[in-house]
Amino acid sequence: MAIQNFPAAWMTEEHQMLQDSASRFFKEQWAPKDAGWREAGMMDRKAWEEAGANGFLCASMPEEYGGAGGDFGHEAVLILAQGAAGLSGFGGSLHSGIVAPYILHHGTEEQKKRWLPRLATGELIGAIAMTEPGTGSDLQGVRTTALKEGDSYRINGSKTFITNGQLANLVIVVCKTDLSQGAQGMSLLVLETDALEGFRRGRNLEKLGMEAQDTSELFFDDVVVPASHLLGTQEGMGFAQLMQELPQERLIVAVAGIAAMELAMQETLAYTKERKAFGKPIFAFQNTRFKLAECQALLMASRALVDAAMVAHLHGQLGVDRAALIKYWISDNQCKLIDECLQLFGGYGYMKEYPIARLYADARVQRIYGGTNEIMKELASRFL
Amino acid sequence: MRDPALARIYVNYFNETHSMVRDTMRRFVNEAIKPHIDAWEEQGGFPREIYAQAGSLGLLGIGHPTEFGGAGEADVFLKVAASEELMRSGSGGFVASLGSLDIGLPPVWRTGSRALKQRIVPQVLAGEKIIALAITEPSGGSDVANLKTRAVRDGDHYVVNGSKTFITSGARADFYTVAVRTGEAGFGGVSLLLIERDTPGFTVGRNLKKMGWWASDTAELFFQDCRVPAENLLGPENSGFFTIMANFQAERLSLAVMAYMTAQLALDECMVYVKERTTFGKPLSKHQVIRHKLAEMATQVEVAREYAYRCAARMQAGESAIAEVSMAKNFATSVSSMVTDEAVQIFGGMGFMRESLVERLYRDNRILSIGGGTHEIMNEIIAKQLGL
Repeated sequence: MAIQNFPAAWMTEEHQMLQDSASRFFKEQWAPKDAGWREAGMMDRKAWEEAGANGFLCASMPEEYGGAGGDFGHEAVLILAQGAAGLSGFGGSLHSGIVAPYILHHGTEEQKKRWLPRLATGELIGAIAMTEPGTGSDLQGVRTTALKEGDSYRINGSKTFITNGQLANLVIVVCKTDLSQGAQGMSLLVLETDALEGFRRGRNLEKLGMEAQDTSELFFDDVVVPASHLLGTQEGMGFAQLMQELPQERLIVAVAGIAAMELAMQETLAYTKERKAFGKPIFAFQNTRFKLAECQALLMASRALVDAAMVAHLHGQLGVDRAALIKYWISDNQCKLIDECLQLFGGYGYMKEYPIARLYADARVQRIYGGTNEIMKELASRFL
Repeated sequence: MRDPALARIYVNYFNETHSMVRDTMRRFVNEAIKPHIDAWEEQGGFPREIYAQAGSLGLLGIGHPTEFGGAGEADVFLKVAASEELMRSGSGGFVASLGSLDIGLPPVWRTGSRALKQRIVPQVLAGEKIIALAITEPSGGSDVANLKTRAVRDGDHYVVNGSKTFITSGARADFYTVAVRTGEAGFGGVSLLLIERDTPGFTVGRNLKKMGWWASDTAELFFQDCRVPAENLLGPENSGFFTIMANFQAERLSLAVMAYMTAQLALDECMVYVKERTTFGKPLSKHQVIRHKLAEMATQVEVAREYAYRCAARMQAGESAIAEVSMAKNFATSVSSMVTDEAVQIFGGMGFMRESLVERLYRDNRILSIGGGTHEIMNEIIAKQLGL
């Protein structure tokens, strides 16, 4: 018995089938390995290749570039399936929902043919290197440079907090190509990092949560790449390219938030009905039932909001303003809901073997990455 | 004009002795703890010698009777001052483990036999031995009156069967103050037994992996036909519940202290960071939302601390202050949750990284509204005291 969400208007039968099969795969094949991955601080290439073989990478890329020819709904159901299995380490949504679209939307035909099919198989693992030690939310302060030298670019600088940083071998790097300009001086360079001289991975960073995710520092010391690795054909387009893809990135954060909230709710309902204190199940206490009713309402409203955003996005109408508000609102409520749920677990909620403890730790960064929630409000306020 | 009579209404809770102890504790934390605490957090524990070191400085004796080598149990603010300084180590886990004697030992010196006290208490206060308090069971944390671990009298011994979990210092303690059922169902059948580590039938389980408090060992305990000498009974049979409840008062006050100190440390970290970190051409401290956030945080920490002091003062005056201490714990832990959460947010991506202190404070904080009685149990107690 459970309260059903309203039907998701964007979901087709095909989406549902993909979600079901992916859920089964993630729960049966990957969930048992997750403890080991968390221990190691990263997943492995084999898992990425498995994801590729099962059609879980680049599901929304056109078939002619090796994708499954789906839409963003396909990416969304994969995120929901991954979340339902409690797998926070897999950076597949970044790879398929952020890195690949940059190439599809801004790359030349040659660039698309060169990189997208290999991203779809998992031969290439994608990352986007934006944040620098001195620059997080404030993108215009990027210091990494890519300076044109004849037919190539020479790249110098460092990046941090890069998702998939240890495993990635296709890294899109946000660089300054014109030091005299602000936003107009930024470009995106695509680096194939296998055996790339001057490229170095720093520490696999230890984080509050998302322990199986290989978030890292990256260093570029006189890295030289052919000029054909500039994304697109024109220098100085980086900032505009970034801005165009950000709404989808923020919607990805929101969808992941929904998956986490749903899992938290499910775990907590099961626990409170089974666990007894003072002679009755915890669920029988009025405080517990009211808290859970509040959480269910929060989940239902959050899901409806994200479903509406999905419909808008699939019609190309999400917008920077609405995406920003949705990202902040969903991630705030995700943290709130999981905190309330954890409390009902008592001491067990603090033990890492319980999924609720991991959901709590994993959730915290949702309000930070993809642009902090403060930046989301800053952005949205410009439209008010 | 300042009226001396009115000025006396304001009482400074701390005296010169307190500030001397503060200095000693601060030196100990700065010299012996802080240089190593990051490594100990990663290792999931700290060296045993630290107990002896703290013991030899007299720091473990604070809050315990002088006749066994303590500094006296009556001066509540001495304990508050010492705890505040200890929290400056930045590791709630370290404080909890080093301080496990503060919950494990009082039942021994309050209710144990003369011989038992003389044998146990001085060694623990010297830091030669470690003591833990074992109440929570896998099937029930908050519901102390219904604990299931059984102790059946058999000649000169009690035979104990059952298990405990989430026991702070549980992995390496030498002595365990264990709540057991000796009588009927309910609170009237609960007793406390001192169980020694090498007692046959007693085994220590896993050192549990936790969200925070990494420098603290937290373990499961198992008792299988464990034969405990009857002279290890603490107080009369079936009187344990009240000893446990009385013990909780001090524990809850110290959790309130831990909470406002956790918040204070997070606030201190932010105050430095916001002046250094520049975004959009100016320091974070010049962005209005950040300034207002910090103003709110500072206000909350101030109120949480002052209210905890007020409760400490009432306890010092001999009042039971049951509802008030529960309120102080709930208030201070709500404040520390808010403040550590905001601190992570102010640090941005760096706040999610292990290398920032606020990351640890955020993880360590989460247990404070669960351990020593959950927020919900505190509300039950408060409601009962309100006559509901």
